[in-house]
Amino acid sequence: MIELQFFARYRDVLGSSGEQLMWTPELGTLEDLRQLLLARGEAWQVLAEPRLMCARNQELCTLDEPLADGDEIAFFPPVTGG
Amino acid sequence: MLIEVQQAHFDPGERLNRLHADHLGVGAVVGFVGYVRDYNEGDPVSGMWLEHYPGMTEKALTGIVEQAQTRWPLLDVQVLHRVGQLEPGEPIVFVGVASAHRQAAFEANAFIMDYLKTRAPFWKREATPDGERWVDARDSDEVALSRWKTD
Repeated sequence: MIELQFFARYRDVLGSSGEQLMWTPELGTLEDLRQLLLARGEAWQVLAEPRLMCARNQELCTLDEPLADGDEIAFFPPVTGG
Repeated sequence: MLIEVQQAHFDPGERLNRLHADHLGVGAVVGFVGYVRDYNEGDPVSGMWLEHYPGMTEKALTGIVEQAQTRWPLLDVQVLHRVGQLEPGEPIVFVGVASAHRQAAFEANAFIMDYLKTRAPFWKREATPDGERWVDARDSDEVALSRWKTD
């Protein structure tokens, strides 16, 4: 199972703070997961933004990061704290 | 090292004084305080909501401070970031760095803030006369970060 989370503007656009998703061997990287989500329809195109950020198990990573069963994955827009 | 993420208000002066109270070897304390402005992008701002990623936020801030500690001889570092509803004039963030000498404290403080702005999972949503909007990240923050790259 993948624990998927969305934050800030992405959560607003998607109308969801996250979901649990079945992991399959085809989901080898975060990019594979993102492509699966993009195929869901219009609202999901927000994940196509070039400045999208992502984290695997609460650590920033890039989209070529490997994905494994049990991972916590988050997609979010550029951070604006401070 | 002290990392705190909280909704509650804090007193920046008290935070600053605390940084040398326990360390008589401290010769320099540099404090940065970020405040909520009452305008942004040309529009009045009446309030702000700060969202974060609980769990990751604390890890990210700890990692940033640890990086700073490997680059400069620091005696103490304290980072406090507020979340939730904030009003104009209220402090959002405090970064305090204590060292024996000023240069390490100045540089480490700027390093921590530059990384916090671009790598710690916080997001601001501000209230304007036209409604609420998510604050856009600034390219200048990434540029500021690039000065610390060593390779």
